[in-house]
Amino acid sequence: MQRIGVFVCWCGSNIAATVDVKAVAEALGKQPGVVVSKDYQYMCSASGQNLIREAIRDSRLDAVVICACSPHMHEATFRKCVSAEGMNPYMLEIANIREQDSWVHKDRKAATEKAISLGTAAIAKVQLNAPLFESPNPVTKRALVIGGGIAGMQTALDIAEAGFKVDIVEQKPTIGGKMAQLDKTFPTLDCSSCIVTPKMVDVGANENITIYSYSEVEKVSGFIGSFHATIKQKPRYVDATKCTGCGLCTTKCPSKRNLNEFNMNLNMRPAIYIPFAQAVPLVATLDPTACIHFKTGKCGLCQKVCEAGAIDYDQQPTYIEQDYGAIVLATGYNQIKPTKFDEYLYNNSPDVVTSLEFERMMSASGPTAGDLRVPSTGKRPRNIVFIQCVGSRGKDTCREKPYCSKVCCMYTAKHTILVKDHWPEVDCTVFYIDVRTPGKNFDEFYRRAVEEYGVHYIKGMVGKVEQGDGCLKVQASDLLNNRQIHMNADLVVLAAAVEPDPSARHLGTMLTASMDTNDFFSEAHAKLRPVESPTAGIYLAGMCQGPKDIPETVAQASAAASKVIGLLSKDHLMSNPCIAHSDPTLCNGCSQCTNVCAYGAISYQDQMVVYKGVRETRRVAVVNEAVCQGCGACTVTCPSGAMDLRGFANNQIMAEVDAICN
Amino acid sequence: MQLTEEKTAGETAVEEEYTPLIVAFCCNWCSYSGADTAGSSRFQYPANIKIVRVPCSGRVNPLFILRAFQRGADGVIICGCHPGDCHYTTGNYYARRRMTLLFSMLDYLGIEPERIRMEWVSAAEGAKFAAVMNDFAATINRLGKNRKLRDLRCAK
Repeated sequence: MQRIGVFVCWCGSNIAATVDVKAVAEALGKQPGVVVSKDYQYMCSASGQNLIREAIRDSRLDAVVICACSPHMHEATFRKCVSAEGMNPYMLEIANIREQDSWVHKDRKAATEKAISLGTAAIAKVQLNAPLFESPNPVTKRALVIGGGIAGMQTALDIAEAGFKVDIVEQKPTIGGKMAQLDKTFPTLDCSSCIVTPKMVDVGANENITIYSYSEVEKVSGFIGSFHATIKQKPRYVDATKCTGCGLCTTKCPSKRNLNEFNMNLNMRPAIYIPFAQAVPLVATLDPTACIHFKTGKCGLCQKVCEAGAIDYDQQPTYIEQDYGAIVLATGYNQIKPTKFDEYLYNNSPDVVTSLEFERMMSASGPTAGDLRVPSTGKRPRNIVFIQCVGSRGKDTCREKPYCSKVCCMYTAKHTILVKDHWPEVDCTVFYIDVRTPGKNFDEFYRRAVEEYGVHYIKGMVGKVEQGDGCLKVQASDLLNNRQIHMNADLVVLAAAVEPDPSARHLGTMLTASMDTNDFFSEAHAKLRPVESPTAGIYLAGMCQGPKDIPETVAQASAAASKVIGLLSKDHLMSNPCIAHSDPTLCNGCSQCTNVCAYGAISYQDQMVVYKGVRETRRVAVVNEAVCQGCGACTVTCPSGAMDLRGFANNQIMAEVDAICN
Repeated sequence: MQLTEEKTAGETAVEEEYTPLIVAFCCNWCSYSGADTAGSSRFQYPANIKIVRVPCSGRVNPLFILRAFQRGADGVIICGCHPGDCHYTTGNYYARRRMTLLFSMLDYLGIEPERIRMEWVSAAEGAKFAAVMNDFAATINRLGKNRKLRDLRCAK
């Protein structure tokens, strides 16, 4: 029988307040095999770990049970601790008496009983533990960054700077993302283009970075250190290696009435187009749904005028196969289309716009070259109403998001300042629920809008926007003065909520990167591992993880990059030894395990098997240890009971069940 | 027959303070983390629910469930990642099919189908985890003791 040591953590008062830790240590000390049972305030602290190490030395322990927080929290810590004393790290089990006991129960007696029960189960399991050994797997020294916005670009640049190869996959024809569409940035009023376009150039010029624009990740398999991805390059009907980006085709194209996505559909673009002048790669893209050649077989004007001979109407999608050690998700966000908010008239009036549309209206590279005009009349607006929290912080799940979109308060302050700066005579009114300005120089910036620029901030929501005579009529409540407001507005700007890009859902499923209920990618730990997905080897940067502004996005991108660099700088990764294995004496070669294995980790070999004195050659299942991920699907499928999982063996789980049901 | 009736009559008085025993099999990636999230958020649920960590809901062998019932569990719940979100791509699908068969077999044997349940709980759904557990515990409380599958040799 193993000599087991039990260590019960108080976790300050987190556990000790609800669980009688002394009683737990005493009760578990009486379990068979337990030779030491101790409790301590903070088992994870240096002195707590010393206590464990001393006990392993002094009492010659074979196995350790720790009753503390979730294994997701400190399993790695304690494994390291016991292996420092020469014990195999897999001779450790953790009974989760904090997250799954003291924090969820109030009754001290019941919680103490439960802690004893969970501890007993861990002891029963550890009795059956055997030393497990990790084996080295090589690391592919190349990273895949999905998304070419500011998050993806920053991650790629940082990884590339460290000397590793990086591929960026961007679904749009150019990298740059939403930041390239912004006019100015808060709270410094930096010109967005002036800071993002040089970064785009850096990315394009960096010899370690390959950009796959107008591309999608089609398939990903593998695991940390050795992912394999298939990237689909959509046909742009222009040979990117030949196109010089001169733009002649775009000026000659006769099909000019197509909505310009880059300008938020506020103006038109030709069928063959370059999204904006600073696009990277600076290559034309042909939209086949708008192209006359694709519709009628005629025209072909772009092909005729292209001196480089880059137009290729027969281009097919190309597929790139590549191995990667790490994947960074930087898929970004979209602003919701507030089409479900009939009360704001977004569907019916061109003078009601979202803030991103307003951003294009204000931008020097936008449809009006930055000259703000009321869309319906073409005149300068006399007064603008900004409505906050459109679709954010709501309970109506069919049209609202429960979360705060975080950036709206600040960009609205920016919009008002920019408007007032250019045209002081324009009246700006902001209707808000709360003004949220946490961030360096944020509140100062908002106060400038109010105090220096005289922007009217009114606490209260707008109930209705109606078409009036030559202007919009806004009906709102002023909560602080308890009165109803009726006012005219030439332009209404909706601070619509942000939501994750729709591509994230599919990627999340493909990569098994878990998501929260709003389709933002979940982090491995909200506090301690904020840039990693719970799935090893997948990292997160930017808005795809949750609403955040540009500096936070850049910080997270660099953090993700440093995690990737740490991973790629290793030659080998130690594999998870909790994987399946087959007993050749029991296996009857039925192949059922092969059918359920999601990784193709099981193959068949003819092996010489000696069983009950009989020697014979049998076809038996063999698990590829480098490929098996340890899910255990095969163990349940196996009709003969030959397949078992190390670390979560049949007899171990049975022992836990027995101990709990005692 | 006589004996069983007597036993039932004898136990009625005891059942006043009966707290059921519930075993929850939670997959390591979604539901076990969901239970941890419930913990960090302090969402309360009854202490008679005890969690066994498994790598994947697809790792839950029906024999574990039968074993739990034999050893005196009054309810068993299996929690896994939402369909499409399995850490191992397809494990929860196998679990779902397997459990469908097991549930109908238990039903056929005359075991109340409410005693066993399968739920999808993601790592972020702490509130859902607690809600599911509270609901399941209430259901088992209503059903009372599991007698049918209990191995009398295991009874104390």
